[in-house]
Amino acid sequence: MARTEARKDVVIVGLGWTGSILGIELAREGLEVLALERGEDRYTVPDFRYPDVIDELKFGIRFGFMQKPRNSTITIRRTLQETALPYRKLGSFLPGDGVGGAGIHWNGQTWRPMENELTLRSYVEQNFGADIIPEDMTIQDWGVTYAELEPFFDRFEYVLGIAGQAGNVNGEIREGGNPFEAPRRREYPLPPLKHTYDAALFAEAARAMGYHPFPRPAANASAPWTNEYGMQLGPCNFCGFCERYGCLNYSKASPQTCILDALRRMPNFSYRTNSEVLRVELAEDRKTATGVTYWDEAAQEEVFQPADIVLLCAYQLHNVHLMLLSGIGEPYDPATGEGVTGKNYAYQMNGGTTLFFKDREFNPFVGSGANGMSMDDFAINQIDFAAEGFIGGSYITAGVANGQPIRGIALPRGTASWGEEWKTAVAGWYGHSMSIGSHGSNMAYRDCYLDLDPTYTDRHGRPLMRMTFNWKPNDIRMTQFMRSKIEPIAASMNPDSWQSSYKSEGAQYDVRPYQTTHNVGGAIMGDDPGTSAVNRYLQTWGQHNVFSIGASAFPQNIQYNPTGVVGALAYWAAEAIRKDYLPNPRPLV
Amino acid sequence: MPLPDWKTTRRGFLGGGAAGAALTALAVPVAAQAPEPEPLEAYAPEFFTPEEWQFVMAATALLIPSGETGPGAIETRVPVFIDLQLASGFGAAEDWYMEGPHDPRADPQLGYQTPLAPAQVYRAGIAAVNAWCGDNHGAAFAALDPDLQRQTLVALEAGELPLPAELRDLFSLLLQNTKEGYFADPKYGGNHRMAGWIHIGFPGARASYLEWVDRHDIPYPLGPVAISGERG
Repeated sequence: MARTEARKDVVIVGLGWTGSILGIELAREGLEVLALERGEDRYTVPDFRYPDVIDELKFGIRFGFMQKPRNSTITIRRTLQETALPYRKLGSFLPGDGVGGAGIHWNGQTWRPMENELTLRSYVEQNFGADIIPEDMTIQDWGVTYAELEPFFDRFEYVLGIAGQAGNVNGEIREGGNPFEAPRRREYPLPPLKHTYDAALFAEAARAMGYHPFPRPAANASAPWTNEYGMQLGPCNFCGFCERYGCLNYSKASPQTCILDALRRMPNFSYRTNSEVLRVELAEDRKTATGVTYWDEAAQEEVFQPADIVLLCAYQLHNVHLMLLSGIGEPYDPATGEGVTGKNYAYQMNGGTTLFFKDREFNPFVGSGANGMSMDDFAINQIDFAAEGFIGGSYITAGVANGQPIRGIALPRGTASWGEEWKTAVAGWYGHSMSIGSHGSNMAYRDCYLDLDPTYTDRHGRPLMRMTFNWKPNDIRMTQFMRSKIEPIAASMNPDSWQSSYKSEGAQYDVRPYQTTHNVGGAIMGDDPGTSAVNRYLQTWGQHNVFSIGASAFPQNIQYNPTGVVGALAYWAAEAIRKDYLPNPRPLV
Repeated sequence: MPLPDWKTTRRGFLGGGAAGAALTALAVPVAAQAPEPEPLEAYAPEFFTPEEWQFVMAATALLIPSGETGPGAIETRVPVFIDLQLASGFGAAEDWYMEGPHDPRADPQLGYQTPLAPAQVYRAGIAAVNAWCGDNHGAAFAALDPDLQRQTLVALEAGELPLPAELRDLFSLLLQNTKEGYFADPKYGGNHRMAGWIHIGFPGARASYLEWVDRHDIPYPLGPVAISGERG
């Protein structure tokens, strides 16, 4: 028998970046807002304090800040024919857990997409013809344009205090920034971070080849910053423990450092931790939600939380899982291509080349999450897809984030993985290598999607979500193209040796090595209820008081790290709710 | 109403944290630090049986050998690290999803699929390797000469020993845990005296390098610091 709590105006599922943004924006409207977070509460002190957080084994290897698969995981298969098996221990991707979510342990790369990424299908059809789109590729337009989102990118970047250098301010190209980027209204809030040696060498080589390197946009403060909520950041000290760790130094933008202390002071905002939402409850006519049911870990009971508005602000995978479990939207069927919930799961196609320099000192432990130099000369808006035979693009980049030794020491290919040879090699090569990476788009495909697993269940007895995903020839051609551009840069730097690692023909998705936590799609946005799960304001098509906010809305993956878009979409949805939905609750499209 | 916590705690951090540690690092002699723990032969394992302990001592000594080119698994007390890890939540797979059905013969790219937690893989795996060594070489692994031991590890890594599929992750677990014990903070029982960090030049928990970002191509001069404050 479920307990029932007092009604709220708004209930938010998950208190990470999007939950914090929607929480503060709607609490400022005077609404009674409640956030439900399945994990623990987290504060910079004590949870991220020095020296305890500088513990590679606990946080970098055993994933102390991450979701525990025992509590929540998915199953994975590569093809429709394969039997999906549980993702039993974390590997390929690392969903967050607890207050702040993945926003505490990201690196802080905060990008805007290219304009044409948001209208990708139209762009391809108009410029290269619909016939270059492979039959099984299901890319779509987003239903929102870059120009519409620009104010919200700007706002998110100023809340986070992004360090960077503009390349295009209102159409004026600026030296040292990214000349290929979409226009922005003004400079970044903070100047770029200082650059580590590897980034400086890469930038020099790229410039010499006629390319246009620029500083990575970083949510690691380069100077003191106070944002619109009165939250303060201090300059990053390059501790080398960024990704997978909470920031000990109040330097990395996170819900904790940018929003939560301001939000916690608002009397009409509250949150409950260890409260895992099990499903969204729908009214009898299924046209609205009545609230959510969650598991109260302390009381060991189910609780019904009534609310006028339900905001799904959990990690991408969990937003989709909750929609599938709650009957929100027709589940996607890969056989017919019909249905929308779970459609177009996508990932990220990355590769890299490692360079060894026995006489150079890289001091790799000197690093911040997002320090580095990148170039967009082979970005998605710079490539003739018809001529090259693929759709997509990458940014190319160098910048050391950490030198943590368990996570890996690059060794020349062929070096023994144990014994005397390994022991000698780690001492000889630690600090004497660097890498140049490509970070690329991943298209959507008919048979890459999310649904409910027929066999495995979670601790509440709910079906696990099942991921069906594999690498496809289009994206492999894209990453091989990047290899052909990166290797000449590497060679021009005259390393003692270098080696490449890019997906090649026949590559299968391997869930074991860490790749990226840029899982996207499954509750995609668009302008047609027949092909998208949420409308352009991230409102579900069928239940007008339910919004599903986050990377789950990406129709396919952009070539960049997703958080900049996730933040902008959160502010965009918040404004639609504040200005348009609250005065007249209804389907906004 | 609480103060924004960066105001109060940042000051504390700068005064007593990494910056303070860096200033005093060179002044504290190693001799002033914790006394040497018991030798490995006298260590009472929390998880391993005596036979298993002999196996782990012998195997890790081959994975990271001792000698003039740098510290080995034995001096850095890697076997202690592995013993303590297997006695902890890691050994019990307490964070992992372990519900059935299991398909331990699945494509390895689909990840860890044995029904056994790491501690169980070690327990059953060491027994299986010792039994194979007994059948083929007349003695348990630890009693073989180092060349035979090395050949056995090579065969184990290559999947050439007749182990059941449930145990196929034994070698990768052992190698991973050995490297963890070599490089993890000394609080976990290995990386004794931070010798693994000193070997490669990793400064451990110093975690403050702003003034080093643009000192390019210059060797970093300071030795490591552990979470405990111990200096190397």
